[in-house]
Amino acid sequence: MRIACPFCGPRENSEFSYLGDAKPKRPGPDAGEDAVYEYVYLRDNVAGEMAELWYHGGGCRAWLQVRRNTVTHEILSVEPAAGAGAASVTP
Amino acid sequence: MSAADQTQRLAKGGLIDRSKPLGFSFDGKSFAGYHGDTLASALVANGVRLVGRSFKYHRPRGILTAGSEEPNALVELRTGARREPNTRATTIELYDGLVAASQNRWPSLDFDILSVNQLASPILVAGFYYKTFMWPAKLWEALYEPLIRRAAGLGRAATQSDPDHYEKAWAHCDVLVVGGGPTGLAAALAAGRAGARVILCEEEPTLGGRLLSDGGTIDGLPATDWIAQAADELSAMLDVRIMTRTTLTGAYDHGTHAALERVNDHLPVPPEHQPRQRLWRIVAKRTVVAAGALERPIVFGGNDVPGIMLASAVRTYINRYAATPAKRLALFTNNDDGWKTVDAAIAAGLTVAGVVDARQEASADQRALASKHGFAVLNGVVDHVDGGRKGIGSIEVALAGGARATLEADGLAVSGGWNPSVGLTSQHRGRPKWRDDIAAFVPDGAPPGMSAAGAANGAFLLTDCLREGHSAGAAAAADLGFGGSVGAAPSSDDAPASSLTPLWHVAGKKKAFVDFQNDVTASDIALAAREGFQSVEHLKRYTTLGMATDQGKSSNLQGLAIMAELTGRSIPQTGTTIYRPPYVPVAIGALAGHHRDENFHSVRLTPSHHWAAERGAVFVDTGLWKRAQWYPIKGEKDWLESVTREVKAVRGGVGFCDVSTLGKIDVHGPNAGTFLDRVYINTFSTLAVGKARYGLMLREDGMVYDDGTTSRLAEDHYFLTTTTAKAGLVMQHLEFCRQVLFPELDVQLTSVSDQWAQFSIAGPRTRDLLCEIVDPGEDLSNEGFPFMAAREVLLRGGLKARLFRISFSGEMAFEISVPARFGDALARNMMIAGEQFGVTPYGTEALGVMRVEKGHVAGPELNGMTTAADLGLGKMMSTKKDFIGRVMAGREALVAADRQVVVGIKPVDKARRLRSGAHVIRKGEIPGPDTDGGYVTSVCFSPMLGQWIGLGLVSRGRERIGEIASAHDPLRGEDYEIELCHPVFYDPEGGRQRG
Ligand SMILES: [Zn+2]
Repeated sequence: MRIACPFCGPRENSEFSYLGDAKPKRPGPDAGEDAVYEYVYLRDNVAGEMAELWYHGGGCRAWLQVRRNTVTHEILSVEPAAGAGAASVTP
Repeated sequence: MSAADQTQRLAKGGLIDRSKPLGFSFDGKSFAGYHGDTLASALVANGVRLVGRSFKYHRPRGILTAGSEEPNALVELRTGARREPNTRATTIELYDGLVAASQNRWPSLDFDILSVNQLASPILVAGFYYKTFMWPAKLWEALYEPLIRRAAGLGRAATQSDPDHYEKAWAHCDVLVVGGGPTGLAAALAAGRAGARVILCEEEPTLGGRLLSDGGTIDGLPATDWIAQAADELSAMLDVRIMTRTTLTGAYDHGTHAALERVNDHLPVPPEHQPRQRLWRIVAKRTVVAAGALERPIVFGGNDVPGIMLASAVRTYINRYAATPAKRLALFTNNDDGWKTVDAAIAAGLTVAGVVDARQEASADQRALASKHGFAVLNGVVDHVDGGRKGIGSIEVALAGGARATLEADGLAVSGGWNPSVGLTSQHRGRPKWRDDIAAFVPDGAPPGMSAAGAANGAFLLTDCLREGHSAGAAAAADLGFGGSVGAAPSSDDAPASSLTPLWHVAGKKKAFVDFQNDVTASDIALAAREGFQSVEHLKRYTTLGMATDQGKSSNLQGLAIMAELTGRSIPQTGTTIYRPPYVPVAIGALAGHHRDENFHSVRLTPSHHWAAERGAVFVDTGLWKRAQWYPIKGEKDWLESVTREVKAVRGGVGFCDVSTLGKIDVHGPNAGTFLDRVYINTFSTLAVGKARYGLMLREDGMVYDDGTTSRLAEDHYFLTTTTAKAGLVMQHLEFCRQVLFPELDVQLTSVSDQWAQFSIAGPRTRDLLCEIVDPGEDLSNEGFPFMAAREVLLRGGLKARLFRISFSGEMAFEISVPARFGDALARNMMIAGEQFGVTPYGTEALGVMRVEKGHVAGPELNGMTTAADLGLGKMMSTKKDFIGRVMAGREALVAADRQVVVGIKPVDKARRLRSGAHVIRKGEIPGPDTDGGYVTSVCFSPMLGQWIGLGLVSRGRERIGEIASAHDPLRGEDYEIELCHPVFYDPEGGRQRG
């Protein structure tokens, strides 16, 4: 598999580490135990397109948000994951 | 042995180099061949028919094919450490002095005792292993397994280490062309002319593919001339690379391919500094699969008798190698292409015994040919062949009208049609589609960027191959924006398309082989069908059809067809199994490349490594690092004596230890303090500039992740250290926090682990030693550099260093950092400057002893299952801020009263050795899962206490200080009494480190 790092260009997957589902947002300080429990333990595991977090540790050390089809491995987009897991503001 | 002994070699013709005769041996007998031969063609030229015994029944077997799909002619190549089992004689290039031996026979190929397995064949049928496993296990172990292991199995691997080396390499291109036959050459020419970077991989040593066997005329030139012209044009293109002896073995995601280059397999021994094989990863934007097609056999009784060969292979041996597999040849075919073999045989002066054509009556042309050369054309099928190790006895023919006939011949060429090589295009789980007109599967879609052309795409006519190859190469280049003129497609006026009537299997009583290599017969398929294993994936696993090293290249389709027939389904309804890489077997050595022995993984050396090695240090592997474990001196009888001396020297004077393996991270920026507050459980924003603080990090689930000392060197600059083991992971974690969780913080991280050499200097005379090293202008007094101070200092000689007054040993101690390139010099200087104080270098073992004596936690306690409170560090958790792991650390089970927490442990019998891993049980209780109350995590012999001591994780440990418990060590068979105690064994008041 090859991932086109927005900073380094297309690179071999051995340069990257995989974290998983990019959806969870770290709850704010007052969100309570249930919200944090969900954040820590519950992950989507989609057969199809999903947003994932990858780390370019063998390159620029950027955390990337990769939209990928987990069945075909087609990569639809790669962008910096800046703030992708930042605290969700509960209304 | 002389060249003249090649009784089956034609006097002229072929593409062999008769000016280069070669000698070789097979099963200890000497033979001759020529440069350009394969082992198989040389054996054919020498009239050797019997080349091996089959896997299960030990049937005599001959050569079936002329390519990498060969199921029968597997040999042990070379001897000694280079002996390689299961190499295909059809792909081994002959070299002078080659030594090969047949496999699976004892005592000899001619007389193989285990051929009695044929008599036992009723019990060796499909599903044998599964059924046998159902029998009593005792019988299996004692009887069947040893018996099967002796009887089955292929060649013997070398028992010595492989003396050759293998390497891995990367290549990148615009267009990758797989196969150097007419299709591939046309594709590469078009793509290359358009201006694309092209790589052409060809499995064989020379370009040309089937043209080398079947000839033909292309653009008015004889095939070999056209190949040479194409090769010249390609070689002249700067961006085209031709890789021969290179098999594309796998197509992976996003244009990544694996290819095995047999760099020096054609030589007895690779030249110095050259690899035997090279495993390529080729990244291509477009791939044209021009991998051709493989002819398939027909299943009939005795179809494995030596002398029976694929029709196309017969042509290859005659035309390419000038070697005749038979003197008197018969043909069994269901298509016109097979008839080409008759032409080749006649041209080579062989006698044609007859043609058995399963289709309608022969054409007028064919009848004319037959009468001219005096052979019969029989409309019917080969019912069975009688024969054995001496070859074909007779060929029994069942005529279409019901009558029978017999052909006398010593060779039988068989053609059941051709299968396009759909392996590569189907490796991403794509299923090929069925084409009735050629009775074969063809690619149906392919991985992105890949297309198939020519015979691999079901186009068997030469001119179609050339046209498809040209247009696929041109399209791939155009797709990528290359606009150069691709010229006209090469063309040929070869014979019109071949007609074919499907024929898979001639039913009969004799053993009819579907999978030659795994000895799967037509009746095994029938048994699988009867027993309900009718899906292709079940069929495969139940009968082992297609599971041998050839992966069923010459057998899968016949197996499917028989199953389809038995179950009343069509072949496409029956389906195909999944195609997986590698396309041909790849040696583990090639996959490992240089990663073996001492190069299995990379090795990291500390800055003082060479100095330590000169002193005779004993090193220990710590991850990738080699760390000095202790420094033995003359006369010391064991490690314990050395380590005890080192500890006493530190606690009584001064010593130093290289701690450069710690992870080191510079944290810069106006929000650096806030950032550290969020990743550590304790507070760093309030840390004064010039001070250091011990910090503890949790995972988000509340468990302890890592610890270390972090110093504030400036308002906006912290220097953070991690444990050796977690250096890389903590960096990754901190980058995650910085980028993904807290993007609003203005902070930057820089890994400086490799930039700084760091030494711990410890002991009451540390300051004396430092004064010899550090510039006299620096104030190192207790007031000028108090405990937990950290700042930059000038060394004598002008070098700037970072100095931290921190202690892991409990002694008065500093850590000093200098740029890594000065680490060696600093160690040597400290030895000279410290000689007057008896300075002693110490290793990780003494470091560990002193940390246990001081009750500091380390790797065995930071095991991913402990909380800060478990480690006795719960009070460090700030309640004034949020931090990673805060909420989950408060979960009920993580704060439960009965958690296992760190305590000190001493054996009650002071002379006894304490062992880590021993379970801690309340006195009087019977050891078991219910009574298990924790375990000993770290132990050492304490020179200061004169006995073994340890740390443990013990349930309710802190309430139980002073309790006598039992240590239960079932692994070592030990039970003894221990006392639970406070974890700080030495200087509990901590006065020494502050002094
Ligand atoms: Zn990058």
